[in-house]
Amino acid sequence: MEFYIQLVVSGLVLGSIYALVALGFAIIYKSTGVVNFAQGEFLMIGAYFCFGMVVQFRVPWFWAFVLTLIFSIVLGLLVERLILRPMIGEPIISIIMVTIGLSSVLRSIVQAIWGTQIQVYNPPLFPDAPIQIAGMPVSQVYLWSFGLSLVLLVLFGLFFKYSKAGVAMRATAFSNQVALSMGISVKQIFALAWCIASVVSAIGGILIGNINGINSQLAHFGLKVFPAVILGGLDSILGAALGGIIIGVLENLSDGILKTLFGLQGIKEVAPFVILVVILMIKPYGLFGTEEIERV
Amino acid sequence: MLRINNIEVVYNDVILVLKGLSLHCEEGKITTLLGANGAGKSTTLKAISGLLKSEEGEVTEGTIEFMGEKINGVDPEKIVRKGVFQVMEGRRVFEDLNAIENLRCGAYTRKDKAGVKRDMDLVFDYFPRLRERATELAGYLSGGEQQMLAIGRALMARPKLLLLDEPSLGLAPLLVKEIFSIIRKINEEEKTTILLVEQNANLALQTGSYGYIMENGKVVLDGPCEKLRQNEDVKEFYLGVGETGHKRSFKNAKHYKRRKRWLS
Repeated sequence: MEFYIQLVVSGLVLGSIYALVALGFAIIYKSTGVVNFAQGEFLMIGAYFCFGMVVQFRVPWFWAFVLTLIFSIVLGLLVERLILRPMIGEPIISIIMVTIGLSSVLRSIVQAIWGTQIQVYNPPLFPDAPIQIAGMPVSQVYLWSFGLSLVLLVLFGLFFKYSKAGVAMRATAFSNQVALSMGISVKQIFALAWCIASVVSAIGGILIGNINGINSQLAHFGLKVFPAVILGGLDSILGAALGGIIIGVLENLSDGILKTLFGLQGIKEVAPFVILVVILMIKPYGLFGTEEIERV
Repeated sequence: MLRINNIEVVYNDVILVLKGLSLHCEEGKITTLLGANGAGKSTTLKAISGLLKSEEGEVTEGTIEFMGEKINGVDPEKIVRKGVFQVMEGRRVFEDLNAIENLRCGAYTRKDKAGVKRDMDLVFDYFPRLRERATELAGYLSGGEQQMLAIGRALMARPKLLLLDEPSLGLAPLLVKEIFSIIRKINEEEKTTILLVEQNANLALQTGSYGYIMENGKVVLDGPCEKLRQNEDVKEFYLGVGETGHKRSFKNAKHYKRRKRWLS
């Protein structure tokens, strides 16, 4: 029994990080209509930048974290300004190809600087010693990651619901032209969306890096966020968050169960996509995706 | 207040839509712009508000001046900040935002929170029905309520010049009356200058003080609204009243056409 609880717990943690990255993905899709295939690379580059600060330059964690956030904001702005903005109005397939190209470029940059070896954060962000919860040892990394992700998700939820910029982002998502007629600067909203996406991915990268260590495989994490986003409905923020957590838990459970019962390996990589296909067969809009409002 | 001098608008670099259009809106008055489908009324409004840009359109000749300042070629979000606000044709509310959030979007360019709050109450006073449905998603409001929301959203920006694009579109006659009486009230109480584009000539000429009639991208007739209402051509083509003052019978007017169609 304890084994399964462990699986669920680590699934929840993994899922909350999925949720965070999925949030970034959904924000870009929702406000700019772009499917960003470079999301995983944002995560990777954030994780490596932080690694460079902490391990190579011996910057204290707090400042390394802050610097990483600033770096991500700049990265998001640059990508939007230099690569995506000139593409506004081009066919959607060209824009998707551009993000795929961007993902290769970012990955090569990371590999050129830091190599392909697995690296670990040293010192780690959170203390090693596990904490006893209801008689079960839970490592602090897990607790903190889960907590931090949840807090961020709630903060973003509030941001979209109540802040002026958040409401404007949702308005822009509905129609660029009408948003323009309100005096909302659509360009600024796009830039903001890329910034947020880049920042949440970097935070996700740092958290996952503290759990598993970092290497260039980290970018696959971005790919695995797809099922989470699609499960929740591509354009729903709440859906992305819930989708992430569901996928994380299901992935871990199916992996653990199949491994112990049948000795099957590597289910972890496949499980999210199996779930994805099943979900799409049942609910093509995702759990929370907008079905067009139709007045009859 | 607003002066359009001889503008030409071209879409996609080839399609000439406005061919030397001029008009003038006097401060504090309602000016109406009438014309058939495709005459270029909406294009005129979009040229003023700058939204042409988002549709590959461009003002190639002439100038648009707002309070003495040239505004053609300026970004739409800056034009809103100058005090020109367009209510687009077909309501165009943000369907997955609720009514209050829609209103907040209208006030996006404003900094004074207290004023925004006061204006939200003001909008709810003008449109009590919106207050009842304030937290409902705008997509689920009825057509009339959506139009009210669209006009309310514009009021939230405290515009100096309000551009209304066919507020009567797709609404029941009773609702149209209600909306137009509120438009008049807004003009009187808030002293907002209004440029009203309409297909419903009768109503528009009763509401406005000065009118322009467009055909094929040009103004063909203009004058004070009472004068236009008396004009024989306007009566015949736009108000549907013949020389004798009787309503023309549809049967007589179209008779030969229908017969022809049957025979050929």
